[in-house]
Amino acid sequence: MLKFILKRFFLETIPSLLVIATITFFLIRLAPGGPFSGEKSIDPQVLAQLNAHYGLDKPLVVQYVNYLANVSHGDFGPSFKYPNRSVTELIGQSFPVSLELGLFALIFAVVFGVGAGIVASLRPNTFSDYAPMSIAMVGICVPTFVLGPLLILVFGLHLEIFNVSGWAFPRDRVLPALTLGMAYVAYIARLTRGGMLEMLFQDFIRTARAKGLNEFQVLFKHALKGGLLPVVSFLGPAAAGLITGSFVVETIFQIPGLGRFFVMAAFNRDYTMIMGIVLFYAFLIIMLNTLVDIALTMLNPRLKLK
Amino acid sequence: MNTSSIPVMSKIPKGSSLWKAGFRRFLKNPLGLSGCIFLCILAILSLLAPWIAPYSYEAQDLSLGAVGPNSSHWLGTDILGRDLFTRVLYGGRISLLVGFCATAVSVLIGVTYGAIAGYRGGILDTIMMRFVDVMYAFPFTIFVIILMVFFDRSLVLLFVAIGAVEWLTMARIVRSQVLSIAKQEFVEAAIIMGLPRRRIIFRHIVPNILGPVIVYTTLTIPGVMLLEAFLSFLGLGVQPPASSWGLLIREGAESMEEYPWLLVFPGLMLSLTLFSLNFIGDGLRDALDPRSSLD
Repeated sequence: MLKFILKRFFLETIPSLLVIATITFFLIRLAPGGPFSGEKSIDPQVLAQLNAHYGLDKPLVVQYVNYLANVSHGDFGPSFKYPNRSVTELIGQSFPVSLELGLFALIFAVVFGVGAGIVASLRPNTFSDYAPMSIAMVGICVPTFVLGPLLILVFGLHLEIFNVSGWAFPRDRVLPALTLGMAYVAYIARLTRGGMLEMLFQDFIRTARAKGLNEFQVLFKHALKGGLLPVVSFLGPAAAGLITGSFVVETIFQIPGLGRFFVMAAFNRDYTMIMGIVLFYAFLIIMLNTLVDIALTMLNPRLKLK
Repeated sequence: MNTSSIPVMSKIPKGSSLWKAGFRRFLKNPLGLSGCIFLCILAILSLLAPWIAPYSYEAQDLSLGAVGPNSSHWLGTDILGRDLFTRVLYGGRISLLVGFCATAVSVLIGVTYGAIAGYRGGILDTIMMRFVDVMYAFPFTIFVIILMVFFDRSLVLLFVAIGAVEWLTMARIVRSQVLSIAKQEFVEAAIIMGLPRRRIIFRHIVPNILGPVIVYTTLTIPGVMLLEAFLSFLGLGVQPPASSWGLLIREGAESMEEYPWLLVFPGLMLSLTLFSLNFIGDGLRDALDPRSSLD
């Protein structure tokens, strides 16, 4: 296990992050304009001073090497748009919000997705299969930026059950989490149904029934363990997608999370902020995938960590 | 003299090819078929928009303002008095165009990349596929947002940006298919005949893996359209006065309290299109998947 984690870290995580950092760095620097070009007519002298202060006047390659050297001991630099705030500080402040939102959405998606998938798999190709699966399909096909405003319209403006936007109260989590999680309900339901159908026709299920276990035990103790494997391997990408894909939901509901920060940073050409968030997200995705690989080998003894 | 043998030849029963059997199976799938019909109608209506639309898409009628659906404006009008039906038709043109062109870009990249990696094998394959693995850790949406913010927001860049992030899975699928095809006799025969490598890859191997490629392509299109709508919703995609469904949804969401139809109709059109494409994709997968050709 330790060997696996070390190998993952040095042979995969570090090179991946390096490639991603290089691509992003040169991509945003090659584009015309800079972090200070947007502001109306800065005095050329002031501009030169600003550029010198942030080291933007040095050759690109020197800047690149300097940046990597700083990142290697955990310094992501100062933000260009929020003077006196470091990128690390800004990420540390807004990420917990995105994490909380993503976590609620994930719980919602897993509970309803697995539930719908199990119901559908019990009587395949009957009404109790089609009904939950069609509803799940709605989740895939109604985009978050349609679903979100519609939910606000119905529950916020007409029924006045929830607040229209904000993140101050516990119940402010409900609508955003629902909006964000809906698409994943559908995927998880499909994966659960497929996995369960494969399990329910296996010999060991017949054995379990033959030795007189009740249907509940057969389903939840025997079939579900194998049937959920596809769901577990999907959880990595799903968690990554939920945590990194919350721009729209955070914009619609005006939630002060990392996604909204990123969109603003991109519009402002806040170089260090963009780099910091991209690297942070990439690191998160790799970590989640590693966790899923470990979880899969625990659930399925036939697999081995490579 | 010899002509008499021709009718005899034509009586030999034809084996049903993968394509014909697949096509027949697809016709039996009601959801896939209705998705196909809906999409065709939509595509024709959108293409003919300049001729069949009742109004001009930028003609404003400020004295009219926003009115709900009625007999002269089927889907109502927006705040500037523009006919929503017309704007939805024109929006469909852009959304479908982006959906299909950006997918074409991603298919082109993915198939070429995967085929070369799979056929060449060895160290080149390892390097190429390692790069794909690395790119999987790249936050895609962020990449597209960076591209759209930092460079000109033109339609062509939109195709390239979306195409550039959607090719990874295609490359993996194509590579694994090529690996199994490349060992077969007809490829060896082509090598012995001294054909250039490019010709072997693109004329002999790629045509044999079109089934999975087509299936995955139809499943890519809805994802691409969603990404376009998402970018337009953030204000990074298609720029006004041109319209796409994402842009209409953005405008609709801003005034949904007073004029809900401005959000509902474009949202409905986008959702129905995504529904159809997903059903077509599922139908094609069932129809063209060789494993299901046994029943």
